[in-house]
Amino acid sequence: MPKLNINGGMIDVEVEDDTPLLWVIRDHVGLTGTKYGCGVAQCGACTVHIDGVATRSCALPVNAVGEDQKIVTIEGLGAKGLHPVQQAWAELDVAQCGYCQVGMIMAVSSLLAQNPRPTDDEIKAEITNICRCGTYTRVLAGVKLAAERMGASRG
Amino acid sequence: MSTMDRRIGNSARIEASRRAFVVGGLAGAFSLGFSLPAPEAALAQTASAPPEIGAWVVVQPDETVIIRVARAEMGQGTLTGLAQLVAEELECDWGNVRYEMVKPAENRARGRIWRDMSTGGSFGIRSSHAYVRAGGAAARLMLIQAAAESWKVNAGECRVERGVIHHPPTGRKATYGSVAAAAAKLSPPQNIALKDPNRWTIAGQPVKRLDTADKLDGSLVYGVDFKLPGMLIALPRACPVHGGKLVSFDAAAISGMRGVKHVLRVDDETVVVVADTFWRAKTALDALPIVWDEGPNANASSETIATTLREGLSAETRFIGNKVGDAQPALASGSDVYEADYSYPYQNHAQMEVLSATVRWSPERCDVWAPTQVAEAAHDTAASAAGVPTANCEIHTMRIGGSFGRRLSTDYIRMAVLIARQIPGVPVKMIWTREEDMAQGRFHPVTRARMRAKLGTDGTVEALHMRISGQSIAAYARPSAITENGDPFVFQGLTPVAPEGSFAYAIPNLLIDHAMRNPHIRPGFWRGVNTNHNAFYSECFIDELAHRAKQDPLDFRRRMMGGSPKHLAVLDAVADRVGWGNPAPDGIFRGIAQYMGFGSYTAAVAEVSVADGRLKMHRIVAATDPGHALNPQQIEAQVAGSFVYGLSAMLHGECTVKDGRIEQQNFDTYNVLRMDEMPAVEVIVMPSGGFWGGVGEPTIAVAAPAVLNAIFAATGKRIRDLPLKNTDLRVS
Ligand code: FES
Ligand code: FES
Repeated sequence: MPKLNINGGMIDVEVEDDTPLLWVIRDHVGLTGTKYGCGVAQCGACTVHIDGVATRSCALPVNAVGEDQKIVTIEGLGAKGLHPVQQAWAELDVAQCGYCQVGMIMAVSSLLAQNPRPTDDEIKAEITNICRCGTYTRVLAGVKLAAERMGASRG
Repeated sequence: MSTMDRRIGNSARIEASRRAFVVGGLAGAFSLGFSLPAPEAALAQTASAPPEIGAWVVVQPDETVIIRVARAEMGQGTLTGLAQLVAEELECDWGNVRYEMVKPAENRARGRIWRDMSTGGSFGIRSSHAYVRAGGAAARLMLIQAAAESWKVNAGECRVERGVIHHPPTGRKATYGSVAAAAAKLSPPQNIALKDPNRWTIAGQPVKRLDTADKLDGSLVYGVDFKLPGMLIALPRACPVHGGKLVSFDAAAISGMRGVKHVLRVDDETVVVVADTFWRAKTALDALPIVWDEGPNANASSETIATTLREGLSAETRFIGNKVGDAQPALASGSDVYEADYSYPYQNHAQMEVLSATVRWSPERCDVWAPTQVAEAAHDTAASAAGVPTANCEIHTMRIGGSFGRRLSTDYIRMAVLIARQIPGVPVKMIWTREEDMAQGRFHPVTRARMRAKLGTDGTVEALHMRISGQSIAAYARPSAITENGDPFVFQGLTPVAPEGSFAYAIPNLLIDHAMRNPHIRPGFWRGVNTNHNAFYSECFIDELAHRAKQDPLDFRRRMMGGSPKHLAVLDAVADRVGWGNPAPDGIFRGIAQYMGFGSYTAAVAEVSVADGRLKMHRIVAATDPGHALNPQQIEAQVAGSFVYGLSAMLHGECTVKDGRIEQQNFDTYNVLRMDEMPAVEVIVMPSGGFWGGVGEPTIAVAAPAVLNAIFAATGKRIRDLPLKNTDLRVS
């Protein structure tokens, strides 16, 4: 029976080995903040962090995730108060329908952890999540605002 | 986010608050004969008895103002806009405002007190602004009246400031919360005067949306996330050839698979696998042997559809949308007749949240938790599929993960009920895979156009014939709208005078007509609807004519727009902003377009470059005159979003047909615009007052023509067939 480290807790999940991590998180663990958009690693709605790296969970079989790997979902990201990316998103009213935004926020928070001052081109190359409502302009502004804030708080 | 925010966003709340008020406490919430899911039940129990002040407003003792919203929220900000209108007249403190969603059975039980619940055609706000404002004003007057009565003063001497009632002669004041219970006992006043929009302080302001917090932390429960205890997951598959039939399926082949509970026929064309989880249902469905009778369209293809539509380009029989003078004799023959054919392909909505609905059915009662743009139609559909009276059926409406018109159809609601009906008492959540959503869309219709024109000696357009050949959405989706004059919607933005959209150009001999050709692929209302191709055909061809007349595309348009001052105003605004008369920066080329749709005037200039066949869209300047601008920052978001949707279709969007079925199955083959292709969008919001136009859709029309006209300026290539990915932009 696979054991997963999700949002800091160990969870036993009784599933078939080939079950994508997305469906383990949604149907077995019961956390629905991580979204299904395509199931084929195209849209990014299912993005979670695995050891800090943004990962599309819909195309990752659960048996490819080790017990020692730390999975963080949107529910874990802001557990101790809103993450700066979430704050920037609130400030700029980025979300329209909101469905893609959880994946956006997970992708962006991972990007900023690795590259605190990304250029516009780097942001555009890294954040390939699909937003059908078309929030890209504000997403770009949100990344920069969050980067600025996080930079300031690092001093 | 506070717990309060979370609670108020809950769609069960309205049940709790109103019933609690009417019958006192918890009993009301359960009197409908179903138990609320856990968090909602807890909520109902803790709810105090907040008084309802008329239909639209509840004021709680702690000053929280709950505004009822009867229209769907699918990303366009309708919810916030409607709340702004109510709050404006209520004169409450905007910071205290929360919302709750109305449900259709309740609406009906109360004599449709919240009126129409549909949200489409960019009508959500503009078709309800007057009565929701009146609802806010009525509540204000009732609250004032209650305070005045308790003070034994004349209500006319009282005034309100941000939810506090003042009586200046005596210096007394009272908060809304303190008089709400008394106000709730009063009857709503008649003859309500609404504020002049010039005096608005909440409406018209760029306030933030009310529905953001739970979108950022994953706590918003979309339809596809909804859960009930003991719930099963159902994944349907319908015949991939629309109109084909389900012959048989071999349930035994998958019956031993883990988690599989049922394999059922849903209707003539659909089979469903019901399991304990999504993945188990999907694994089993993919393994299920199914035999289809694909019917008469089994061999249809994009080519056969194109042939049918091409025939319509010169067909005699047609419907007329606009006729001035006599275009046909002028265009009968001659080398000076200029002609071009255009085409626009099928598009899938590809809204991010796939279709879903959760249903609990018993012979007596049916509850549906589902996102929908047409709650009342969905209610009818559900009750009839469930075989229960509408009073025993409820649609628990939910906020929607993007819709763009897809959920104006209730096909998925009916399907979910038909599934749950075969498993009485067990809640069933039906989810469509992305592949099913792509195959069973309600597609942007396919059309072609033949444009024919003759220029006068003075370089103006002497005659223009625009023949549209192709699919009518209404013929499939709203057959009752088809008259002996055809489908009125196909001429969106092309008719002489219409509040929804009029053709801007004065041309002495003009004919715009439609040869209806309806292939078997099911069409639907797709953001922008018929303005997408109508604007592409007319605004690109006008650009062609300008080039032929050796005139500047802006001047050429302006000369024909003397009778269309509002169209002209938005056009001039974008031209001024980019400095149209001055040369563009090196390597950058400009295109311009204007169009009217959904009651609003729109225009855009696109700035692009093309290097080695690679298009880069640098900047779009867009202007819109929606009459009134309720929330400028949300309008800006909608305009930018419309460009993403429209340019996505222009660049990539195409659903092709092979062997009778849609070929594209997911985003890997139905590519959409992502951030790397997104141009900067500058939005000019220029409300001229006196009318209410839409916001969610109108601007999409000018997205493609502005960019395509800029591409012509850059390359000399006229793109007449979309999407652009099929054209090599390299200059040979
Ligand atoms: S659901 Fe995983 S990338 Fe789309
Ligand atoms: S906000 Fe709706 S899909 Fe991105």
